[in-house]
Amino acid sequence: MAAPRQVERPLSPHLQIYRFTITMAMSIIHRITGMGLYFGTALLAWWLIATASGPEAYATFQSVAGSWIGLLVLFGFTWALIHHLLSGIRHFFWDEILAFDLKTADLISWAAAIGGIVLTVAVWVAAYALRGML
Amino acid sequence: MSVSKKNDMRTPYAKISHLGAAHGGTTEHIRQRVTALAIAPLAIFFLVSIVALAGTDYETAHRYLAHPLVSILLLALIGASIMHMRIGMQIVIEDYVHTDRLKQVTLIANTFFSYAVGLACVFAALKIGFGS
Repeated sequence: MAAPRQVERPLSPHLQIYRFTITMAMSIIHRITGMGLYFGTALLAWWLIATASGPEAYATFQSVAGSWIGLLVLFGFTWALIHHLLSGIRHFFWDEILAFDLKTADLISWAAAIGGIVLTVAVWVAAYALRGML
Repeated sequence: MSVSKKNDMRTPYAKISHLGAAHGGTTEHIRQRVTALAIAPLAIFFLVSIVALAGTDYETAHRYLAHPLVSILLLALIGASIMHMRIGMQIVIEDYVHTDRLKQVTLIANTFFSYAVGLACVFAALKIGFGS
């Protein structure tokens, strides 16, 4: 028998042919934030290990976390967590076949996208405002 | 298995017939949703905690994390998150990685990373909780 020949098959239309929709953008952002949180758990582990290890390790963590790059990463982590949470809540509705019409699906997707940014800023404002109160 | 033998006369259907279903098709689908349900309120607890602990000294952070209730919630968050993130990353790998060897390697790496981070977090949380 002859080896099967690789046939040039037509490809289905790819991303660039579709009109932008918020649900499609939210779908991929959900994945990206999920993967960000995945690797971000290493930071959670570092924070807990540092706290378990003692004052010196904790101070090292704090100095890195407090640097501009540390703050940027932590801000991104906070946003990823809140965004993934709000975006994920939509899936609970959709699993129950609720909010499935285009208008409502778009609406809750925009709400999750904007809500994620607003809540992230609110968390950081609260964190700075309450600094040192505990 | 004679799947790739040169003169194999069996039809593709005959090869897979009677091998049966894995009977686990929905296990991880459901598990991903149940862990998400658990994580949702625990994530809010976590966010409130980091707002409270931002910039605090070692003693305060340690005392807060050593509180039994905080320890328990933290351990629950870690457990649910590790399960959730392992399944999530596995779905991403299965969607995008199509070469056998690379797929095997990334799937195993995913499992190792998830359990390693989970173990590290659990150990540290317990050490803080039981007092160093």
